[in-house]
Amino acid sequence: MALAGPPDGSDLADALRKRPLRRPGENLIVVALVLCAAVSIATTFAIIYVLFSDAIGFFREISFWHFFNPGNEWQTLFDPRSFGVWELVLGTVNVTLWSMVIALPLGLAAAVYLSEYAHVQTRRFLKPLLELLAGVPTVVYAYFALTFISDDVLLPLLGGNVSFFNSLSASIMLGVMILPIIASVSEDAMASVPRDLREAAYGLGATRLEVAFRVVFPAAISGIMAAILLAIARVIGETMIVAVAAGSTPNLSLSPLESIQTMTGYMLQVALGDAARGTTDYTSLFAVGALLFLMTFVLNVAAQIIVRRFREAYE
Amino acid sequence: MSAAETTTQAAVTLQAEGSVARRQTWSRASRWILLVATLLGLVVLVILGIDNAIVGIPSLDWDFLSNYPSRFAERAGIRSSILGSVWVLVFTVILAIPVAVGAAVWMEEFAPQNAILTTVRLNIANLAGVPSIIYGILGLAVFVRLMELGPSILAGALTLALMILPMTVITSVEAISQVPPSIREGSLALGATRWQTVWNHVLPGAMPGILTGTILAVARAAGETAALIMIGAFTFIAFDPSLSFGGLFDSFTTLPIQVYNWTIRPQPEFRANAAAGIIVLMVAVIGLNALALVVRDRLRRN
Amino acid sequence: MSIRVRATTPTDDQAREALRGKPAAEHKPSQNVAKPEGELAFSISDLSLWYSGKQALTRVGLDIPRKKVTALIGPSGCGKSTLIRCLNRMNDLIPGVTIEGNVTYRNADIYGSDVDPVEVRRRIGMVFQKPNPFPKSIYDNVAFGARVNGFRGNLDDLVESSLKRAALWDEVKDDLKKSGLALSGGQQQRLCIARALANNPDVILMDEPCSALDPIATLKIEDLMRELATDYTIVVVTHNMQQAARVSDYTAFMLTDEEITGQLIEYAPTETMFTQPADQRTEDYISGRFG
Repeated sequence: MALAGPPDGSDLADALRKRPLRRPGENLIVVALVLCAAVSIATTFAIIYVLFSDAIGFFREISFWHFFNPGNEWQTLFDPRSFGVWELVLGTVNVTLWSMVIALPLGLAAAVYLSEYAHVQTRRFLKPLLELLAGVPTVVYAYFALTFISDDVLLPLLGGNVSFFNSLSASIMLGVMILPIIASVSEDAMASVPRDLREAAYGLGATRLEVAFRVVFPAAISGIMAAILLAIARVIGETMIVAVAAGSTPNLSLSPLESIQTMTGYMLQVALGDAARGTTDYTSLFAVGALLFLMTFVLNVAAQIIVRRFREAYE
Repeated sequence: MSAAETTTQAAVTLQAEGSVARRQTWSRASRWILLVATLLGLVVLVILGIDNAIVGIPSLDWDFLSNYPSRFAERAGIRSSILGSVWVLVFTVILAIPVAVGAAVWMEEFAPQNAILTTVRLNIANLAGVPSIIYGILGLAVFVRLMELGPSILAGALTLALMILPMTVITSVEAISQVPPSIREGSLALGATRWQTVWNHVLPGAMPGILTGTILAVARAAGETAALIMIGAFTFIAFDPSLSFGGLFDSFTTLPIQVYNWTIRPQPEFRANAAAGIIVLMVAVIGLNALALVVRDRLRRN
Repeated sequence: MSIRVRATTPTDDQAREALRGKPAAEHKPSQNVAKPEGELAFSISDLSLWYSGKQALTRVGLDIPRKKVTALIGPSGCGKSTLIRCLNRMNDLIPGVTIEGNVTYRNADIYGSDVDPVEVRRRIGMVFQKPNPFPKSIYDNVAFGARVNGFRGNLDDLVESSLKRAALWDEVKDDLKKSGLALSGGQQQRLCIARALANNPDVILMDEPCSALDPIATLKIEDLMRELATDYTIVVVTHNMQQAARVSDYTAFMLTDEEITGQLIEYAPTETMFTQPADQRTEDYISGRFG
């Protein structure tokens, strides 16, 4: 056998052959990376398992029909106890409605301004500043909603027409919190509307306002819808603001001036008390949590589908 | 067509007249209307910030920072909640970041382009939208009860780690995907293995993005309240967390929880304490956000 | 001479200062520029343009006759698209643009301080390189200009007559609610022409209107241009010399060479230009020796 020179013939073939165990360290690393990615899948399964296994325990005692019957109250503190989740859902709908009334016009106006009016430098400066609104800890908004909006503004302004804990103070702060979500996601959608369309409209003698609202806005409408869905999902899941400022009285009302309780507000209330494991109070936490999870899941998936369609339309 | 009629005119005027003038007036006005609407949210925040500073600054002194919580507003401080926050956040980062970066590396560099990868991606996008209180329930059921960790620092850190995981995976994936493919090809062409390429070239290139994402995730975890209350961290803590392995199993409180605690007290004296706590919290959160911007700009330039 | 300077940032100014000393500023405008007979639509003199300090047009001057087809030809990067976009102030929309010189439209200064660009664009319509119908119905596309202009009259009639003028009516009359994007490329481009016609303009600017179309669709658009020239002034940018020869009455040849960006080399009646070019570079270009 020759000792010198590069390998040839069968030696070369041998040298190039795939050897799965040549680098065991590297294979171990890849396995570790797969495990990292698996953590996220495991988290999802764990969430579903935890929520639904205890929710099933809840539904063994309280019937499905009782839970979803709009005629039943949510009355867990004293007898006769009643678990009609509709009151909590309507509380959530209440704050969602009013926070969107506040955030939608402002958020869309901000998106149009940033995408169609602002100079590049202005946008570069303004957008992160606006996004900071979403980064403020929600307990801070909760404090402002209760002490400033409700105590210092709404009560002196509206007097006896508004209760100390009210949906409006929570909704105003929720609106400020989701403003950047609506603005930012809608702005991205508007920015990806092709330049051609703007030029066509300007070429026909449209003003900036007309280009923005009659061409760009309709062309970006699906992206804007996705922004709204994401914002709603965020409001529905927000806990601290509503728990602190909106009250803790389940209430079948869409009025912004009354005290209400949302699904998250109830969940936090249970956590602060000491419901013994296995009691209906404890398992109701999981039933409400499961419903909340399903609602946000549907909204998020819908938003993702819309965004994907929108991208396909323009890319 | 009437285009022919206009030809008889010798000259035209191009000043805005009639309906065009009206439309242009609206268009010009809309710029200011929209700008005001854009700034309104920020103006609200500034007003709240000023109000908060007026209420909170008088209470903000060394005693406030170094005292434990108390039944008496003027003696209450945030020592245990600051230490608790720092301790929980340190472990949150230690637990979450390696897993997040690992998952991102697998997704971008090693994963086969098939349904599994698509599932993982969709799953992470959905996890990012799960409300924090649900992570709190997960933490309560799995870490506090099932693993019997109790409402401890470790249980809190594990819960927050799961909560920030999707967000950090998404920013890491983005950072890794922005490393130009030519760098990978250059390294692979020199006979480096895929892992050597990732370790020596891709990760250093993605570092600014990963670091920025990490800092923003820490900012989010630092302000989290609901998930930690769910696992039972709403307690009265008048001791420092111990700097030992056993300390991981101590119960704890955090700054946002302390602020919440003071906010819901009926006695008005505590309002000043909450405001002062908010100043500290906001300085930390804005500081982290600013740090993220600086890190991104600094490292991107290098 | 009226001069209009719109410097957006100091760096633009500095960059222009720097460019001033260079040969571009000393460039003598071409002598081979014909004076068209009859009424003029545009009179352009000494027009220079910079995009963020980068020169794109250098001292261009020519007169464009009314109700004729004028073609702008030249190799890519010669500034022909930039020039046509000066005629309805589309360049205003690009941040960092600086324009010097004078453009008048029927004796009115297009860049005058009291001039409203919306008024300009309403009278001077534009058709773009890539067909760009709005993602709306055919009807809504044609009606767009009338609607924003607060048109009071029969919208259905306007849509019909505009589509007829653009030779598209017969193909779409049963499908007016269909999306404009569902049409073929050539139909989309005629829809864009119909959309411009519905505004009742005086001039139609066409920026390489056929570059994205197949030969048959191209022929249709060319026929349409000839037909429209009885009522409208048409300015068309094209990289296709045969097209310029087929459709235009006057032709302007532009060029960017090593020293000067976006200069006008020669302007003449199309027949003269293609049979007896005055400039050697024009001859080289139309005989296919470069570009």
